[in-house]
Amino acid sequence: MPKEEPLLRVRRLARIFGSGCSKCTSCTGPLTGTNICSYCHSIVACAGVSFDLYAGEILGVVGESGSGKSTLVQCLYFDSPATAGEAYFKAYKDGQANMLACSVQEKRYIRHHLMGMVYQNPQQGLKLDFTAGGNIAEKLLAAGIYHVGQIRRRAAELLQCTEVPLERMDHLPRFFSGGMQQRVQIAKALANNPPLVFLDEVTTGLDVSVQARVLDLIKKLQRKLGLTMIVISHDLGVIRLLTNRVLVMKSGRVVETGLTDQILEDPQHPYTQLLVSSML
Amino acid sequence: MLKKKIQSGYNFAFLDEQSKKEIRRRTLKAVAIPGYQVPFASRELPIARGWGTGGLQLTMSLIGPDDILKVIDQGSDDVVNAVNIRKLLAQTTGVRTTEDTREATLIQTRHRIPEEPLEDWQILVFQVPYPEPLRRVEPSEVKTREMHAEADYSRLWVYLYEDIVRWGEITIGAQYPVMVNGRYVMDPSPVPRWDVPRLNMAETLYLFGAGREKRIYAVPPHTRVESLQFSDYPFQVEDFTGKQCDLCGSTDAYLDEIIDDVTGARRYTCSDTAYCAKRRQLKEEAGKNA
Repeated sequence: MPKEEPLLRVRRLARIFGSGCSKCTSCTGPLTGTNICSYCHSIVACAGVSFDLYAGEILGVVGESGSGKSTLVQCLYFDSPATAGEAYFKAYKDGQANMLACSVQEKRYIRHHLMGMVYQNPQQGLKLDFTAGGNIAEKLLAAGIYHVGQIRRRAAELLQCTEVPLERMDHLPRFFSGGMQQRVQIAKALANNPPLVFLDEVTTGLDVSVQARVLDLIKKLQRKLGLTMIVISHDLGVIRLLTNRVLVMKSGRVVETGLTDQILEDPQHPYTQLLVSSML
Repeated sequence: MLKKKIQSGYNFAFLDEQSKKEIRRRTLKAVAIPGYQVPFASRELPIARGWGTGGLQLTMSLIGPDDILKVIDQGSDDVVNAVNIRKLLAQTTGVRTTEDTREATLIQTRHRIPEEPLEDWQILVFQVPYPEPLRRVEPSEVKTREMHAEADYSRLWVYLYEDIVRWGEITIGAQYPVMVNGRYVMDPSPVPRWDVPRLNMAETLYLFGAGREKRIYAVPPHTRVESLQFSDYPFQVEDFTGKQCDLCGSTDAYLDEIIDDVTGARRYTCSDTAYCAKRRQLKEEAGKNA
């Protein structure tokens, strides 16, 4: 049997804020405990991040604030340009071309057709002045569907899927509760059936009962649609519930990877041990 | 017709030759990239910015002594903006002016395209108040330029979608956004929807000038110009079925609605006054001959 090809291959991804110098990567990282280069004072948000993601898999990324988790995903979703590194995405040119090096038009195409993103803060992912339906329409229109009837049918289907009452489809998300805004955001991210979805701290800032419902929903959708996801969280509970495999990050580097159960039961790296032992 | 006396002390067509050269260069670039807004160094003129200075500068840089000039404002030759611009150009160039669309080589217009068909030896210059079609959805110029560069028009589309959701139709009357040559979304200046289809695959060169916003753009002849529309909500022009011009009886021209102050009765007349006058004259002559 031929070996399965990963959906996404990321190699040595780095994002440096500032001028950057040749010593940036060697003098930052978990060993030095900082991500600020002592020579040029650039911030090394993440560096040398490599991993494979297979179709249907959910990969968790954990780490403290400032460990580079969000930067990693922002680079992959083209919100922020990567300083170095390569990423090969099976859905784009059959994984033959480095998607981080393609043109802005191609990046836009990948973003709108092949990826979905749910941000921690719904204000980032939604246009609060557009209706809930309009927000979903934006993604569909960007993918070239110019038929109002079709757009509305798809939007209704997605809102039903994410348990947003249909009568609120033509209301502004500005007047929605946090949990409902988050569900609209999930609906938007799923609009084009993207092969890859990023979830960046989706439940942070929601109260516990709403958190549970959103997690439940994600789990359900994942089973139903066979989604491939990268889930970022500092909450190990969320990671345990959702993910199959996990990357642990500290000071912009991956310090440990493995199966979620394995990492949570038997952490090897001192930082992971600290993280697991401080779990409530 | 006698040539009018040229005002002394001014260069031909008011602008100095270097300024004209600059504007012509920008115009060539605009023609080369249909629908793309080319920035230009907008000059000070004896009329205020925003009163047709963009169109005026284009006209001044294009006009030659043999041109025959027509200037209209909302279809009319006799409105104050058109009269003043025509006077300024006539005084500084001495060219012949006309009201006849079929005679003019250069037509400067505010917010209308003349009813009579234009041909390849004519140029139509539009005065544009707001050249940026994305301004409705994005206030930042830096961002709108980026959106044009990436051909990212989804937010404008969402605006149209929401219009349909809220009102059951697209409510944009004038300034209906169009896609030029399959690449750039363009603001056709505030012409009524009626005029928009006439930009498509036309014989004439259309030039657009925005003086205050310092932008020139163009639709060269035989260029595709498509109104943004949904497949289930097609673009529609204004509907004048059952109405006709009170003066010339035309049923296939863009009509202005006039409400009588006393009786409250509605009348309609052609917005293109030269076209209306020509039709009336032809009718009169036909009546005499009969």
